[in-house]
This record gives sequence, structure tokens and C-alpha cells, in this order.
Amino acid sequence: MSLPIRKFDTLVIGAGGGGLRAALQLSQADANVAVVSKVFPTRSHTVAAQGGMNAALANVVPDNWHWHMYDTIKGSDYLGDQDAIEYMCRAASHLVIELEHQGVPFSRLDNGKIYQRPFGGQSQNFGGEQAARTCAAADRTGHAILHALYQQNIKAKTHFFDEFFAVDLLKDKNGFIIGALVLEIETGEPLLIEAKTTLLATGGAGQLFRTNTNAKINTGDGLAMALRAGIPLEDMEFFQFHPTGIAGRGMLITEGARGEGGYLINKDGERFMERYAPHAKDLASRDVVSRSIATEVREGRGCGPNGDHVMLKLDHLGKEVLDKRLPGICETSRTFLHIDPVEEPIPVFPTAHYTMGGIPTDRFGQVVVPVDTGEEPIPGLYAVGECACVSVHGANRLGGNSLLDIVVFGRAAGNHIIDYLDANRYHHAIDDASVEKAMAHLQRWDKKGDGESVPELKDELQTIMEQNCSVFRTQDVLQECLNQVLQIESRLQNVRLKDHSKVFNTARIEAMELENLVDIAVATVTSALNREESRGAHSRIDFTERDDNNWLKHSLFYKEGRRLEYKPVRMKPMSVETFPPKERVY
Amino acid sequence: MTTETQTDNKEQARLRWQCRRGMLELDLFLQSFMDKAYENLSPEQKQTFSVLLETPDQMLLDYLTGRVIPYDKDIADVAKKIRLAAGPDA
Repeated sequence: MSLPIRKFDTLVIGAGGGGLRAALQLSQADANVAVVSKVFPTRSHTVAAQGGMNAALANVVPDNWHWHMYDTIKGSDYLGDQDAIEYMCRAASHLVIELEHQGVPFSRLDNGKIYQRPFGGQSQNFGGEQAARTCAAADRTGHAILHALYQQNIKAKTHFFDEFFAVDLLKDKNGFIIGALVLEIETGEPLLIEAKTTLLATGGAGQLFRTNTNAKINTGDGLAMALRAGIPLEDMEFFQFHPTGIAGRGMLITEGARGEGGYLINKDGERFMERYAPHAKDLASRDVVSRSIATEVREGRGCGPNGDHVMLKLDHLGKEVLDKRLPGICETSRTFLHIDPVEEPIPVFPTAHYTMGGIPTDRFGQVVVPVDTGEEPIPGLYAVGECACVSVHGANRLGGNSLLDIVVFGRAAGNHIIDYLDANRYHHAIDDASVEKAMAHLQRWDKKGDGESVPELKDELQTIMEQNCSVFRTQDVLQECLNQVLQIESRLQNVRLKDHSKVFNTARIEAMELENLVDIAVATVTSALNREESRGAHSRIDFTERDDNNWLKHSLFYKEGRRLEYKPVRMKPMSVETFPPKERVY
Repeated sequence: MTTETQTDNKEQARLRWQCRRGMLELDLFLQSFMDKAYENLSPEQKQTFSVLLETPDQMLLDYLTGRVIPYDKDIADVAKKIRLAAGPDA
């Protein structure tokens, strides 16, 4: 089989903030970098991050990276790796300033310093008063970061493959990853990209669930490629439901709305978060607020004719504050709901938002897998951002920590790759069998005839996941969910495309995205079924307590045999004392 | 099949991909518009729609929510059509 080949030092798959930050570090060091992105880079999902980026700059109230570290560990329900969390929180302030120098127009205080807003789960002095740690460029921080990084990459001469879809990772004879088979969406032609190092930065898999806050492109492609390459996925049972998605539609109402003084009410007009989190109230951690809302609805205090949501009240903030601080959500609400938050509350319900789990990495972004004595990096393979599990978010991510994650670990991976390239100067030969396998995967969609349709099967998958594997979970329901997902996996073999054209064949890409989602659904449900405790975003009705004796460990799901292994949480930080698990109270 | 129809189909396929954006709101605006209303645009408006899709995501969202009115009247008209096609029942 003769396919065109391009060779690079590094292949970056995904052009969101994580991929672009890594690519920039590499291009500036004169590495030859290719970035593959299925959509135009500045249409990556980072563009949607509204809230901001956490850093203990202490511009509004006193702050300290160590307090940020404590909040992140507590927020993670002690499942986060403390060495990686220390590394991230220490690096944060420096990287905010670096981003500013790269062109991100952070909002300002009257004294000229960078504006910082309070976000959920932030405290001063290890659990004390509310901190204000989130640096924001109005309500478009992600957009500002993504555009700045893209422009810096253009300046640094990073090579972009815009609108190319990554099909599968490629290996050499020894099983090392050495690039990927990609598909040019415009022409439908395959291309081999050979690289000494490969970095996955493909984002999350919010499209697993029917109601979600994510762009339609968030189908976890890198997660599924890793699974198919024999790499396990870590902690996939932990999926964050954002407390305030627009009910039934999914659009996100940023936590900043509560940071600015908005609060949640039930059908009796009660500010119910005072009961669940007397101290932090509406700014408690996301998993806590999501469960509180779901509990209100389950216990019959939901709003609307079906009692299936609660309300986010903002009108008391006044038109001026809303228009100045929260213009985006006001417009979203007016346009899609015909509700003006200046006058009426917004109907909200927890909505699938963020994949805490992912491809296991260390704090250098290297993909790591278990060996007899612990774990080892896979030479030349890296992952950063939402597709990775480093793990700084553990069982629950704090708002403002995801933009931080992508910038910190994108840069760290870039630096590590530079050293790796110094010591590994030559390309390895591709194993033909690996190319044939990837091509077979691609060509499977050329089969003609009658069969099930991709949109219908995707809809079914998303509905199953939403009904059975969301905010509250039980053994019976998860087991049934797994059975149904496995049926979808086998029915996928019978799906046929009607459109076999080559040019911009969206249907073919959507079919491969569905395959990816199905692989990830199996990983998510199997991991959730096996974890018999409640921790962070994983809430079991049949195992309501956190169980540190048995479950203070990371799950690792392998596609082959649907096998689960476990590995310990890294409790030892780099330089400070361990934060031992405590009860999480907000 | 005429060459013109083929070109039109290719252009629609291209535009459909350009409607995949980084934000759910834009996906909802654009993909449902593409499915339901694109066909009803005049050839000139179809061309304008293509130009509109070149707008960066956040600015495009501003246009479609009406927070910012595009300077170009033709673009503003198409943006308004997309906005009005969205809503609680879309």
C-alpha cells in the first residue's frame, strides 16, 4: 500500500490550548512541528472557555499558590496527584503573565492589575474565606488564549494541517508510537504523518451525553485512539456535570454568574444551597452543587411543569452589572430561551461538561503505563489537556483550573519533548501491519448496503449514557447501561453510510467519531460500575460514602478484555507536606 | 447531473463542515440553519453565508446573538436570519 508520507519531529494532534501551547514551545526551539486539527484551529473548544484561569496573583485578596494547591486537592476529593498539582499551582502566576506578554488582554482592576474573580471551591488560608483567584479576559478568556497562542504559532512557523482528521496512531516494530494516519477532510485522501514524538491534545468527550455543554466536535478522538493502541484510560468514571447548564439544551451558564452574586432557587423560591453548603453556598465545588440541584429535583422541589430543573436568579444584580460582567450568558438566554436574565431567572440543570479522566500521564506530559514495579513512560508519546489524566483534577475539577492545566502541561510537555528530541535524533521505520490496521479501520466505512444510521445510533448512545450514568449512579442501572452500550458496540458493525463521496464527507467523519464515543462509553461505564464508593463527580446511591481504605486509587481501563487495573494516587507533593484526605465540607 | 449541481453539492458539503465550531451555541445556530433554512437563501445570500462563516467564533457568536451588528448590511441580514431561526422551539 503506497500512501503519501510527511515527516516531522513532533506530531501534535489537536489545536486547542494544550496542543498549541506545546507546539509553540517546540517551534520556538526550532523543532519541526505539525499540528493536525479536524476543524480550523481557532474553532477548537478552548474558544468556549468563559470563566478564566486560576493563579494566586493576590490582586484582589491575599492569596498563595499553596492555598490554591490545597483547594485543588480538596476539590479533587483527594484523588488528584499531589506532585502534579503542586507543579501546576506553582507555575500558574508565571504563566498568566507569560500569556499576557503573548497578547491575552486580561481584564483590569482600577489600580491597573489583572482582574480576578471568585470561583467555586476557592479559599484563603486552607479552607478559610473565599478567594478571588480567577484571571479573566471578560467572559472570553479561552478565546483570547486560543487566538494568542495560534498567532504565536504562526509567527514561530508551526506547520498546520487544518481540517485533517486523525484516524489511528501508528507504531514501529517495537510497538512505539511514531505518528498517525490522518484523513484530509476536503479531499477524503489519507496521509501518513511520521514523527519522532507524538502528542495527543484532542480534548474531552462531552458528546457522550445527550445534554452537554460541549461543542459537537468533542468526541474524545484521542482517548479512543489511545485505547485502540493498547493504552489504558485512567479514572474515566469521573465526568463533571456542570451545575448550571440551560435545562434541556445544555448551553453553559458560567460559574462566574454565581461568582458575581447570582444564586439558585427551587420551586418554593428557597435559596437551597444554604442547606447543602452553609459556608460556600452557591460557590461550593461543582460536584456538590450538581448533586444538590439533582436532589432538589428528585425530592419534588424542581421548577417548571415537569419539575425537572431549578432556577438561577440574576435579576437582583441589575442590568448594568449583568451587561458589563456577564454579557454572553445574557445574550444566550435571550436568544435561545427568549428569557431576559435582567427580569427573569434562567432554568438550569446539571449538564455534562468535562472529562476528568483520560490518557494517563506524568507531570511532564509523558504517557505512562503500569509495569511490575510501578509505571513507566512510553517513549515519545505525550498527552495534555482534557484528553490527558495527569491527574490534577482527580474526581472533580475546579472552575478555572482547565485553562491553567492546558497551559501548564502544554508547556511542560513541549519542554520534555525538546530534551527527548535531543537524545533521539532519528525516525523509526513504520510497521506496515500498523498502517494496514489503521487503513482497514478507515476503509470499513466504504462498505455499501443497508444498515443502521450513525445519527440514530449516536442519539441512542447519548440517551443511554444520560439516563443511566450521570449525576447519581447505582449497580443495577450501571450494569444495564453497560449491556446496552455493548449492544450498541456490536450494532455499530451493521452501520452503513449512504454518502460515499470524498469531498468534505461529514457523514464519514461522524461515523468515526461515533466509533470513538462508543469505545469511551464502554470505558466510562465499566470504570463507574466497578468503583464501589462515592467520590467527587462519581456518586453512587448504593455506596454513598468515600472509601479511602479501598478506593483511594486510580482506575485504569484497557479495551482488550475490558480489563480494569488500579494504581496508587501520588500523595507525595514535590516539596511541601502531603495534604491527607479529610472530609470535604464547603 | 449538471456540473453546476455538483459544484453546489460540494459547496454545501464544505459549508456543512465549516458549521462545526468550537462552541455549542454556534453548532446549534449554524447546523440547524444549514439543515432547515440554507436552501431558501438566494445565491447572493448563500455567498454571504459563506463569508460570515469565516468570522472568528466569539465575534460570530456576537453577530448571531445580536450583541454586535455587522457593519456590512448583507452580512447583518443573514446573521439576523440565523438568529431568528434559533430560539426555544428550534
